[in-house]
Amino acid sequence: MISTVPLLSVTDASHRFGEVRALGGVSLAVAPGECVGLVGHNGAGKSTLVNILNGGLTPQEGTIATQDAQVKWDVGTARAFGLRCVFQELSLCQNLTVAENARILHRADFGLSWRGPARRLTQAALDSVFPGHGIDPRAEVGSLPIARRQMVEIALAFAETTSPPRIVILDEPTSSLDAGLAGQLLAHVRRFVEAGGAVILISHILPEVLDHATRIVVMKDGKVVADRPGGEFTQEGLVAAMGSTTAAAARREARPAIAEGTPVVSLAPARGLPIRASRGEVVGLTGLAGHGQTELLRRLHAKMSSGWRAPRAPGVAFVAGDRQLDGVFPLWSIRRNLTLSSLRALSHRGLVDREAEVRVAEEWKARIGIRSPDLGLGILSLSGGNQQKVLFARALLAAAPVVLMDDPMRGVDVGTKREVYGIVRAEAEAGRTLIWYSTEIEEMELCDRVYVFREGEAVAELAGAEITEEAILAASFVGAKAGAA
Amino acid sequence: MRLTADMIRLAVPFLALAALLGAVFWLQPRAMSYTGLNLLFNLAVPIALATLAQMFIIAVNDLDLSMGAFVSFVACVTATFLNDAPLVGIAILAASIAVYAALGVVIHLRQLPAIVVTLGMSFVWTGLAVMILPAPGGAAPEWIRAIMTVKPPLVPMAIAASVLIALVAHLIVARSSLGVLIRGVGGNERSVARAGWSVLRARAAAYALAGFFAVLAGMALVGLTTAADANIALRYTLLSIAGVILGGGEFTGGRVSAVGAVVGALTLALAGSFLSFLRLSPDWQIGAQGAILILVLALRLGLDAMERRRAAR
Repeated sequence: MISTVPLLSVTDASHRFGEVRALGGVSLAVAPGECVGLVGHNGAGKSTLVNILNGGLTPQEGTIATQDAQVKWDVGTARAFGLRCVFQELSLCQNLTVAENARILHRADFGLSWRGPARRLTQAALDSVFPGHGIDPRAEVGSLPIARRQMVEIALAFAETTSPPRIVILDEPTSSLDAGLAGQLLAHVRRFVEAGGAVILISHILPEVLDHATRIVVMKDGKVVADRPGGEFTQEGLVAAMGSTTAAAARREARPAIAEGTPVVSLAPARGLPIRASRGEVVGLTGLAGHGQTELLRRLHAKMSSGWRAPRAPGVAFVAGDRQLDGVFPLWSIRRNLTLSSLRALSHRGLVDREAEVRVAEEWKARIGIRSPDLGLGILSLSGGNQQKVLFARALLAAAPVVLMDDPMRGVDVGTKREVYGIVRAEAEAGRTLIWYSTEIEEMELCDRVYVFREGEAVAELAGAEITEEAILAASFVGAKAGAA
Repeated sequence: MRLTADMIRLAVPFLALAALLGAVFWLQPRAMSYTGLNLLFNLAVPIALATLAQMFIIAVNDLDLSMGAFVSFVACVTATFLNDAPLVGIAILAASIAVYAALGVVIHLRQLPAIVVTLGMSFVWTGLAVMILPAPGGAAPEWIRAIMTVKPPLVPMAIAASVLIALVAHLIVARSSLGVLIRGVGGNERSVARAGWSVLRARAAAYALAGFFAVLAGMALVGLTTAADANIALRYTLLSIAGVILGGGEFTGGRVSAVGAVVGALTLALAGSFLSFLRLSPDWQIGAQGAILILVLALRLGLDAMERRRAAR
C-alpha cells in the first residue's frame, strides 16, 4: 500500500538560530499512505523541522523536493501543494467567526460571495472529522472553549478544497481534546491515510503515536536518531531512543541529602503533587515545555510577594526566562539593570548613592564574571549569556531567601551555563532556596529534587540519584511508566 | 437566548445613544421633530465618517493621530481646489489616499509604531492645510452643498446618511473578503501570513480605506460649514478614537464594528448638544463630554467583566 515515491522530502537540512544549532542535517521523506510519528524532547528540533516543512523557514543548508521536482519552497507553494499544518499553539483569529477563519485559511477557494460556501465548507469539514460536534460556523472563535477551537483548527486542516490536503502536520493535536474527541480525530487520521494522504503526528502521548503511526521518527539535539516502522518500537524503546546514548557517563558526585526541615516554600495545587522546597535546596521543575511550569512559578511568586505594598525585605526574586520581554531594560546601562532590585538599600534620603551603586556593581561584576570593559555601557552591548548573568545578579542582589528561575538558560552558550551552575550551587550552600524551571534535562541533574510536569500538574517527584534522563523522559511522556528504574 | 459578550458590546452604544436622546428630548421636547433631529445630528455625519476611517486603522492594531489634521487638510482642498478646479482637486485627494496607503506600507515594512508616524504626519497635513488656506475661507462646491442639505421625506438627511454610511461600511468590514482579511490581521497576523496572504497588502488596503473615508469626512464637513479653515477638524482625532471604542471596538485584536462606530460617533455628537441644552458653560462642556465617555466605557467594561465571570463558571 505504501508507495515508495515520497510526496515530499527534506534532505540534509541544517539550521542555526544565533549560537544554537536547531537542526544538524536532518533528512525526512513522507510517502502517501504514511502516518509518521515524530517524537523528541524539548529542543530536539521538531518545531524547526515543522517550520521548514510548511515553508515558514528556509533552512540554511539542505534541500526540499516534492515528488515532481525540487522546488522553491515557501508558504504559498507549500499550501498549493496541499500541505496543511495544525500548530501546537492555537493559531486561529479569535476575533473572527469559524467561517471567516475558513475564508482566511483557504485563500484560493472563495469568490466574491463566499459566506455561504465558507459556512458549508466548515460544516462539512467538522462533520467528517468530529461527527456530532455541535459547533456553529457563525460563532466567534474567541467565544468557543479551547477544545472546540482546536477541533475547528484540525477540521479546517483536513477540509477538502480546490488544493486538497496531501500532507497534514498535527503538532500535539490532542492536547486539549478529551478521550472521545481524540478517538474521533485519530480514526479520521487513519481514514485519511488509508485514502492515500500522509500525516505527520507530533505528540507527547506515546500510546497514541505507537498505535497510529506507521513509522516513527525520533529526534534528539537537532538530529534524527531513529527512523523505523511503528511496530518495531515499544514505549520503553521510544523513551530510551529519546535519551542520550551516554547517559551514565557523567554521573555527579553524591551530595549529602538536605535535612527535611520546615519547607520555606510550599504550595498544594488543585491537581498533581504538592510542591515544597527547604532552605538550601535547589528544586528543579521540568517536563516538556509549556506543561504548566511557568504558571507554577508565577503562582509561587504571586503568593510570596505581597500585592500592593512592596515589602522592605523581598521574600522572593524572579529571574525571567524571556529576556527581551520581561528581563532587561534595553535603554539602561548594565549597572542600572543590575542594581535595580536593591535601589532602596543603595539610596540615601530618596536619592540613589552613585558611589555605592558603582561599588556594588563592580563587586558583582567580579563575582559572576560579566564580560564588559565598562558597566556604564548599554545592556544590549552584552552577549545574551552575559545579559542573563546580569539578570541573575539582579535577582541575587535582592537578598530574597527564595529565587525563582523561569528557564533562564534559553539560548545561552555552554561556557556561561557552567559558570551560572556554579553560582546556583554556591547560593544554595549559602542558604538560599532556588526553584529552577528548565527545559534541558542535563540542568536538572544539578538539582537536589526535581518535579516533572505533564499537562499542567506535577506528576513525578525525583530526588538525588533518581534524577536521571531516563526517569525524567519517562515521566514527561504519557504511557511510559514513571521512574522505570 | 443567552447574552454573549458580543451582543453586549453591540448593545452598549445603542443604549447610550438612546439614553442621551431621551435626556435631550426631555430637556427640549421641540428637538423631537424633523428639523430638530437634523440640527442635532447634522455635524455627526463627518464625525461618523472620520470614526469609520479611524476604525480601519484600529482594525489592524494601529492608531491614527493625524485624523483631525488630515480631515482639516481635505476640507481646505475641498473648499479651494475642488471648488475652483475640480480635476486638480480630485487628483490631490486621490494622491492623499495613496499617501495613506504608502504610510501603511512604510509602517509595516519598517516595523514603525503607527502612533509616531501618524503624529509626524499630522504636522505635515496641518502645514499643507495652512499653505492652501492661510485664513479661514474658501467655498463649498455646489454639489456637495446640495447633497448635505437635501431634505428626504420622513427621515432627516443626517439620520438617513448615517444609516447609509453604516450599511456600506458594514458591508466592507463584516461581509467582504477584504474586511475579513483586515480584521484577521488585527486578530492574528501570523496565522494570516501562514495561510499565504500578504499582510503588507492588507495593511496598505486598510490604510487606503481609512484615507478614503477621511476624505469623505472632510468633504461632508465643508458641505455643512460652507467654508474651511486649517484647524477646522482638529478635534476629530480624539473624537474618532473615542467613537470607535464607544462603538464596541477594541484597541487591539481586530475587534471593530462599523455600525457600532457610527452609533458611537452619533453619541459623541449628541453629548455636545445635550450639554448645551443643560445650559452648561462651554468652559465645562469638554470636561463633561469626557465624563460621559468615561461613564459609558466603564459601563461596558463592567458588563464585559460580568460576562467573563459567568463564562468562567
